[in-house]
Amino acid sequence: MDGLVVRYGRPPAPPAVDGLSFRAAAGEVLCILGPNGAGKTSTVECLEGYRRPAAGRVRVLGLDPVADHRRLVPRIGVMLQRGGVYPMLGPRRALHLFASYYEQPEDPDRLLEVVGLTEVAATPWRHLSGGEQARLSLALALVGRPEVVCLDEPTAGVDPEGRIGVRQVIARLRDRGVCVLLTTHELGEAEKLADRVIILHRGRAAAEGTPAELAAVAGGAAEVTFGAPGGLDVAAMSAAVGAPVVEEAPGRYRAAANGSPTFTAVLAGWLAERDATLTDLRVGRSLEEAYLEVVGAEAAAPTPVGAGAAPGRRRARR
Amino acid sequence: MRAFAAQVGTETYMTLRRGETLLLTVGIPVVFLVFFSTVHVGLTHAGTDASFFVPGVLALAVMSTAMVSLGIATGFERGYGVLKRLGSTPLGRSRLLGAKITTILLVEVVQAAVLVPVGYALGWQPGGHGSAGAAAGQALAVAMLATAAFGGLGLLLAGVLRAEVNLAAANGLYLVLLLLGGMIVPLYRLPGALADVAKALPAAALSQGLHAALGTGAAVPLASWITLVAWAVLAPVAATLTFRWE
Repeated sequence: MDGLVVRYGRPPAPPAVDGLSFRAAAGEVLCILGPNGAGKTSTVECLEGYRRPAAGRVRVLGLDPVADHRRLVPRIGVMLQRGGVYPMLGPRRALHLFASYYEQPEDPDRLLEVVGLTEVAATPWRHLSGGEQARLSLALALVGRPEVVCLDEPTAGVDPEGRIGVRQVIARLRDRGVCVLLTTHELGEAEKLADRVIILHRGRAAAEGTPAELAAVAGGAAEVTFGAPGGLDVAAMSAAVGAPVVEEAPGRYRAAANGSPTFTAVLAGWLAERDATLTDLRVGRSLEEAYLEVVGAEAAAPTPVGAGAAPGRRRARR
Repeated sequence: MRAFAAQVGTETYMTLRRGETLLLTVGIPVVFLVFFSTVHVGLTHAGTDASFFVPGVLALAVMSTAMVSLGIATGFERGYGVLKRLGSTPLGRSRLLGAKITTILLVEVVQAAVLVPVGYALGWQPGGHGSAGAAAGQALAVAMLATAAFGGLGLLLAGVLRAEVNLAAANGLYLVLLLLGGMIVPLYRLPGALADVAKALPAAALSQGLHAALGTGAAVPLASWITLVAWAVLAPVAATLTFRWE
């Protein structure tokens, strides 16, 4: 994708996507991360051929998603942000129907097992829980053995157990060499799912890299966070490790240090003398901090339902 | 071909599984046919009840399936994002549309299979001196044209209106066309001006065509053919031009 621009209103209304460029390779999971209204869905819908870009060049598997639509659709799998399934159909019927559209489909019944819907195989879509609906949408995106999969908010409204299932399916796709492109506004999901993350803000790529790279780049000053029993003498600890340490929250400490082997050894030694257990040591910043720095504090505040810029987001997913 | 067959199977399954659709497409026509043919409410000339109401109710059956059932279902499929999702599968719009048309025709066969025996049981005797084959052929041609016209109207509403508004609009239009369509109330009962308006509508053209072919045994009036052909072309074209898939 090169220089993608998507507009819903005429200028001077700002474009929903403003000059976005990226590439994704086979066997890669690329995540577009951003707050509501950042242009994620608009971007994905250009890849799927639903939207004609105002400017820029989009190619999926070397094909133009709009002009070569017929040749492209057998090779891609799509999961919309909401809906997309006949409300009367249960997972088994829906999967068998979609399987019939493709030349070499997956076995629908096996796929039902993979996404854990065997027990509700005959339950109509409208009676499924949000997580079950999401897993069925995911299965429908996969039944045609796609080479490229576009998933718009695949874990929105999915319970923690369901999220693990979705992550496992995505990891298996990557291992099979499928190119997975997904969007999310949840940092934790991006961090767990993606090989590479693009932080999209107001239609522009504000940052790009692996979750670790993003955290490191945005981190600036190095720091180490760790857990230890609460109430330790931070002044003494600071003197011992040679860097200022603060207790951010009971049992959570933060040191302005670079996490060198020496630092870690000294810290562990100091704690050992006090018979204090060291837990969850982390060097560098988390993706969350990088994200907030890039996108700003506005993203941290919950956005009201319906505030998204893209159409088709009038109703929130249950 | 596999995709087409599966789509027809699914569409038919959904149509026949929806209680409200069955009520509309089979229940109401059967009730109307039995009620008006046995209780003489004075709408028709005495002694002609079943011969009038069988073609009238068959016309109603075509309208309810092609316009109301198809339109409402398609409107909700649009609202639920089903049409959008199908847009990124290899099914394609032409096969989807073909499956929907095939499903309508299958449901119409089911309707006829229920209504015709009931009509015979109520004393319906197709009139006229022409061959039964010619009458049936005319009736089929009229029904096909009407299916295209009403299907176009149903999709015209479904492609523009929000699903819930479309539901109300399709039912409202059904009621208006039922009253003005010469299906239950003969057109000669309507005041002159209203009857003139009614004759330009596809419902009256359909019922007059079926009354001629299946009731009196006369040839279908030229005016009915012209009206039906016009609606059968204009309504689908208008639907194609305005239909929004999302």
